[in-house]
Amino acid sequence: MNQVNRLSAVEGTRTRIDGTVPINFTFNGKQLQGVAGDTLASALLANGVKVVGRSFKYSRPRGIVGHGAEEPNAIMQIGSGAATVPNLKATQVELYEGLEAASVNGWPSVNFDLMSISGWFGRLMPPGFYYKTFMYPAKLWMTYEHFIRKAAGLGSTPVQSDPDSYDKLNQHCDVLVVGAGPAGLVAAREAARAGARVIVADEQNEFGGSLLASTQTIDGQLAVDWVADLVAELNGFDNVQTLPRSTVFGYYDHNFLGILERRTDHLGISAAAGSRQRMHRVRAKQVILAAGAFERPLVFAHNDIPGVMQASSVSTYVNRYGVAPGSRLVLFTTNDNAYQTAIDWHRAGRQVVAIVDSRSQPKGDIVAAVKGLGIEVMAGHGVIEAQGGKRVKRALVARLNAQGADIVGPVETLACDLIACSGGWSPAIHLSSHTGAKPVWDDSIVGFRPGKSKQQERSVGACAGTYALSGCLDDGARAGAEAAKLAGHGDGKLYFPSAAVEEYKEQPQQALFLVPHSKKTSRAPSQFVDMQLDVSASGIELAVREGFESVEHIKRYTAMGFGTDQGKLGNINGMAILANALGQSIPETGTTIFRPSYTPTTFGAIAGRDIGELFDPERYTAMHRWHAEQGAEFEDVGQWKRPWYFPHVGESMHQAVNRECLAVRKSVGILDASTLGKIDIQGPDAAEFITRMYTNSYLKLALGKCRYGVMLKEDGMIFDDGVCACLGDNHYLMFTTTGGAAGVLAWLELWQQTEWPHLNVYFTSVTDHWTTATITGPNARKVLAKVCGDIELANDEFKFMDWRDGTVAGVAARIFRISFTGELTYEINVPAHYGRHIWEALIAAGEEFGITPYGTETMHVLRAEKGFIIVGQDTDGSMTPADMNMDWVVGKNKTFSFIGKRSLQRSDSVRENRKQLVGLKTIDANTVLPEGAQVVFDAKQAIPMSMQGHVTSSYYSANLGHSIALAVVKGGHSREGQIVHCPLADGRTIAAEIVSSVFYDPKGERQNVE
Amino acid sequence: MLLIHCPHCREDREEEEFSYSGEAHIVRPVEPEALSDKEWGDYLFFRKNPRGIHHEMWYHGIGCRRYFYATRNTLSYEILETYMVGEKPQVIAAIDVAIDAHRDTPRGTL
Repeated sequence: MNQVNRLSAVEGTRTRIDGTVPINFTFNGKQLQGVAGDTLASALLANGVKVVGRSFKYSRPRGIVGHGAEEPNAIMQIGSGAATVPNLKATQVELYEGLEAASVNGWPSVNFDLMSISGWFGRLMPPGFYYKTFMYPAKLWMTYEHFIRKAAGLGSTPVQSDPDSYDKLNQHCDVLVVGAGPAGLVAAREAARAGARVIVADEQNEFGGSLLASTQTIDGQLAVDWVADLVAELNGFDNVQTLPRSTVFGYYDHNFLGILERRTDHLGISAAAGSRQRMHRVRAKQVILAAGAFERPLVFAHNDIPGVMQASSVSTYVNRYGVAPGSRLVLFTTNDNAYQTAIDWHRAGRQVVAIVDSRSQPKGDIVAAVKGLGIEVMAGHGVIEAQGGKRVKRALVARLNAQGADIVGPVETLACDLIACSGGWSPAIHLSSHTGAKPVWDDSIVGFRPGKSKQQERSVGACAGTYALSGCLDDGARAGAEAAKLAGHGDGKLYFPSAAVEEYKEQPQQALFLVPHSKKTSRAPSQFVDMQLDVSASGIELAVREGFESVEHIKRYTAMGFGTDQGKLGNINGMAILANALGQSIPETGTTIFRPSYTPTTFGAIAGRDIGELFDPERYTAMHRWHAEQGAEFEDVGQWKRPWYFPHVGESMHQAVNRECLAVRKSVGILDASTLGKIDIQGPDAAEFITRMYTNSYLKLALGKCRYGVMLKEDGMIFDDGVCACLGDNHYLMFTTTGGAAGVLAWLELWQQTEWPHLNVYFTSVTDHWTTATITGPNARKVLAKVCGDIELANDEFKFMDWRDGTVAGVAARIFRISFTGELTYEINVPAHYGRHIWEALIAAGEEFGITPYGTETMHVLRAEKGFIIVGQDTDGSMTPADMNMDWVVGKNKTFSFIGKRSLQRSDSVRENRKQLVGLKTIDANTVLPEGAQVVFDAKQAIPMSMQGHVTSSYYSANLGHSIALAVVKGGHSREGQIVHCPLADGRTIAAEIVSSVFYDPKGERQNVE
Repeated sequence: MLLIHCPHCREDREEEEFSYSGEAHIVRPVEPEALSDKEWGDYLFFRKNPRGIHHEMWYHGIGCRRYFYATRNTLSYEILETYMVGEKPQVIAAIDVAIDAHRDTPRGTL
């Protein structure tokens, strides 16, 4: 039996462990054994493990302090490999067979830490040390940070992807109860009986909260038995969902709360059949916060030596886990409540050396009870210093004055190996703070209570500052009935009688935030406020001397409360010490704001199933499988997967694109253009409305005709472009860019709904209803003629910018003769599910002409050869039509001031030297400029150079035999023939000549091929 | 995560179905060409940024595809009302009421 600190059964208590079920685990490589029901922390204590980690800055040895979410020291790396989890608190890790735990701090081992050399220089590492020391030179920060990280050892993240899966649940309830301690349990019961849908969540493995470690009786039963009955009762309700191992980590707007449920973490890493954790996204009508409280540590010299613990934690280990973490106890308290720890310790058969009570005249019932057990009470005293190396050996005790501010007597030495501390309690106001409620200081409880509610919530029990069990039960029941009523269930009256509780009547506690030492604070051995980040009382006082006043600034300068424990133990003491140093009250000083998450939340649970291929929807066209079968490479365009290019075996992308480009201009190519946005527009005012949205007019667009238009935002800048066709009386089809489809639809709706509701017009997205196969090239007509017999295709019959209805390969089709390549082009639209049929029919018909499927890259090259812009690539939201050399598309004589028109006359829109679209031809024909390259006029100018524009599109043109680029250059339209330079990050500077943006077929004759 | 009542759907729906579309009650000038650059710039670029009551336009894009107005407290994020385009808000900040009382004409934007 290695579990030297494991107790045999203690009369009057019932532990929550099962001593008959041993569980093997390792800690820093060492084989140890615990029992079922243990946490990692209780098992380590049972095995007599003293040092569990090293502190962040000074690398001091640290032991277990608490028993829950507040634990600052026992920070562990659990498991190994892909499923390893860093930074878990040993107090919250349930023990399972084969668990591997390692301290995150301490190298090469926690018992011999090389870094502790920095502990010797502790006085040389004041608050703000990192800021002061590693600030300059700035470029070395990355080096410093790397070193600091390694030295600090914040655990390691797995390099493999997470093997586990996670789920998200969206839930609604009438009443959400946070915390299943005494207040939460009775609240849930009252709300449930009233008929409300109730969710009750608790972060621990079982419900009961503080009662799991209590020796009190309720209605004559042991507290744990009373809890068991009540939990069974709750589970009997159909309208109650009980969630143990579930942390309510955040309280967001409109009563939206996040709950992280750990489903399998207690079974082992990666044991998950189904999801490891579940994120409940809960919208609650009413919320009851019953989150409990944290015991407040006492700040004295070397209060961080292993063996200094929270009094309530000592009781919890004894009563709940059957572990006595030491043998000789000194209890240091400012209140009656902690006397229970001495009773528990005594009952466990261990020695209570003394109770050191800072109050000069403690006289509560429990004080008398303790004295009756023969325990010495040293009233009006304080533990001013702990001594020992890796374990407490002595407590130095001295008489304090009535305020606890000064030492007024000689220093005594008490030999001990455990100092249990209690400075009173701090309500867990975190979730209340998330709502924006400002905490209110209350002298009567020496702590912050939750502030005025900003949401439909109320705090009850210890998190509202009610510490007596009877009060928790009464408040909880009332809150449960009231919340149910507000959610529409019951009459708000209590149904269950209040329970009979035996409890001591408590006398007032003393406020003691910093225990004096014989030396002044700046000279005394470190008095730690925040253990995890090594913030000491002298550090806070120094920060004040350096001029810091705001609690938020002090927090950041000293790093107080920045650890994974978020200062749950240290913050109140720190603020009080700050207030004292500033000579002001605690309410004047205020508190820092708690924000989500209450405890760290796994990213995996936040992501849920929205990872990998489910991260974002993928949209496929009807011909997608054909493309894939042909070996197409795909490009993401919005959510669409579009063929990028169709490489033949052994072809590079460059070779494939060159081949595709040449094929189109020489014979015929085919493009899947289904992804273009399509909006069906109908109504008597359709033409008027469309004319207000585009820069040109559609009032006289005849049936069977199309027109290209540009859409501006009201600031005059290009926002989208596309062709619009008149399909009939009051009926139009508008094409948008692939990426702009949703935005354009919302834009049309905006103006119709908010500004011109009197215009009778309706919009319907038909993007997914149609499939578009575009055939383009000098042989396009010949290909189409083979599969379409009912349309007259002659040049003067089916003209450029016309559309026709007809039949293609037996399918009713609508064909647009428009062109994005400059070649003769037919865009053949059929109902989407005929897409592949039409595509294959065209491929077959085109075989004799060598029809070549091409992708978006070739499409880009071909349109760039013609100087056609792509909105969003050649424009960036700051380009007018004139900037793009597209004045021709702006209707000068339109009667209505179309959207954006007035802005085209703004002084900024008409100024000289705006960036304008030009072509660039590199001096070296084979050099392709990188897109985004900056353009300068003087390559010899010293850095920083005057940037005159940038390259927006750039390709190698196989048809032209040289590289081509589009760019926007200041005053570019009047600079044709000038040489500009593009200095690149790799040191090269590429020279290019400004040319027309139309590189190919400037007269536009090719689309008229017979 | 806001819970927003869509006045068209007459239901409380999650924020992710909506998008914010800027300040409410901004009317496009009837004759833009008659305005100076400054006047046009005011319409184009200048928006309120109040601490407290704010009238906003929202778009139920993943729902009924309708625009509507909402009165929201920018401090508490509380949505005090939602109402149809063309309607006036019932909840108005005290300062706006005071400004209106001292104007010759009612707020042109309402």
